[in-house]
Amino acid sequence: MAIDHERRSLIGAAGACALAPIVTRGAAALAPFVARGGAAGAPLLARAASAAAPRVVKVVAKKFVYVPNEIRVRSGETVELQLTAPEVPMGFNLPDFGVRTDVMPGKVAKVRFTADKAGTFTFLCDVFCGTGHEDMSGTVVVT
Amino acid sequence: MNDFDRRQFLQLAGLGGVVLVSAATGAARAADAMGGAPEDFWFVQLSDLHWGFEGPPNPDAKGTLPKAIAAVNALERQPDFVIFTGDLTHTTDDPRERRKRMADVRAMVGDLKVKTLRFIPGEHDASLDNGKAFIENFGETHYTFDHKGVHFIVLDNVSDPGASLGQAQLDWLAADLRAQPADARIVVFTHRPLFDLYPQWDWATRDGAKAVDLLMPHANVTVFYGHIHQENHHMTGHIAHHSAKSLIFALPAPGSQPKRTPLPWDAEHPYQGLGFREVAAHRTPVDYALTELPVAKG
Repeated sequence: MAIDHERRSLIGAAGACALAPIVTRGAAALAPFVARGGAAGAPLLARAASAAAPRVVKVVAKKFVYVPNEIRVRSGETVELQLTAPEVPMGFNLPDFGVRTDVMPGKVAKVRFTADKAGTFTFLCDVFCGTGHEDMSGTVVVT
Repeated sequence: MNDFDRRQFLQLAGLGGVVLVSAATGAARAADAMGGAPEDFWFVQLSDLHWGFEGPPNPDAKGTLPKAIAAVNALERQPDFVIFTGDLTHTTDDPRERRKRMADVRAMVGDLKVKTLRFIPGEHDASLDNGKAFIENFGETHYTFDHKGVHFIVLDNVSDPGASLGQAQLDWLAADLRAQPADARIVVFTHRPLFDLYPQWDWATRDGAKAVDLLMPHANVTVFYGHIHQENHHMTGHIAHHSAKSLIFALPAPGSQPKRTPLPWDAEHPYQGLGFREVAAHRTPVDYALTELPVAKG
């Protein structure tokens, strides 16, 4: 269990963004141990992987609406938004969490944030995209 | 009232959004009454005409601009020039319709008595074609001019649909400012706020802080802008930023409601919240007396 404890500490200190490579390395290093530990090791890895990977929310930015236009997040949760724009270049800006990106047709734009405060926060298209541009917004609801 | 007190009064009047004087030609009288130097000159700021807009927020959309033009023409003393700080037209996805709206505006503002007109684009004019139609109809989107000792800088933060000035324009601004003495009287015209007024409603310029940084070493800089369809007065250090009312519909105060939707038309008080501004530029001390004027007296 000493190994378990050390690994948890490492994951905790590494933070979400740097976690994926650490888990990969950790999994490889732990393989012999897991094999020896049998069933006891598998849940640990599953738990670690779950904590490591942010929840992915796919968002489509189309004229002139985001789908979905309300994203519900638990307080403290880290979310990765994967944005696509099937028609024209769009923007995604969530000022209260300091994240924005261009969303270009044919590419998936990814932004990640941790919901470190509760409330309802506006996101908007900040790339002028046409006649309905000014109505193109949505909310992140953190509870 | 000595110069310092007068400067302070004017600054406070501006910051509070208080109309300094109510009469159309009152700015000069007010300056005289306060014992300050008479203004060097006047200019008028018209903003956010949105020609082509139709909808309940302004049932007289086609009549408001002509009324504003008539109101400017009725000023007892005509300004030296009129600056239009963007969104002359309401956006359309149709390039031909965009040009038609611009031609309409050009024809209508030709009725102004004052013939020195300056234009800058708003995102509705320029963001869908990088300013192409605007340039065809109104000329360059960023430029400078000098008038009676004031250096005017026109910045374009809309031809990029991402609301950036861009490095090329910032370099151009830096080069222009290097040629100005530190105490030069500088006025900046732009459409969007150069500071983060309320990014949640797109009331910002993505790299506006870089422009403000470039302006900061100059002691006498004032910024006039549009975009937000209401008066707002803000300081970044010693630089004052004044937004103007619209000539089509008013927008809510930043963050005062969930959505940035136009304030409803009030049939009992038509044209409420709409208007234009005259600015008296004073040489000594360097300041600008703002007078907010209605489209129609009601």
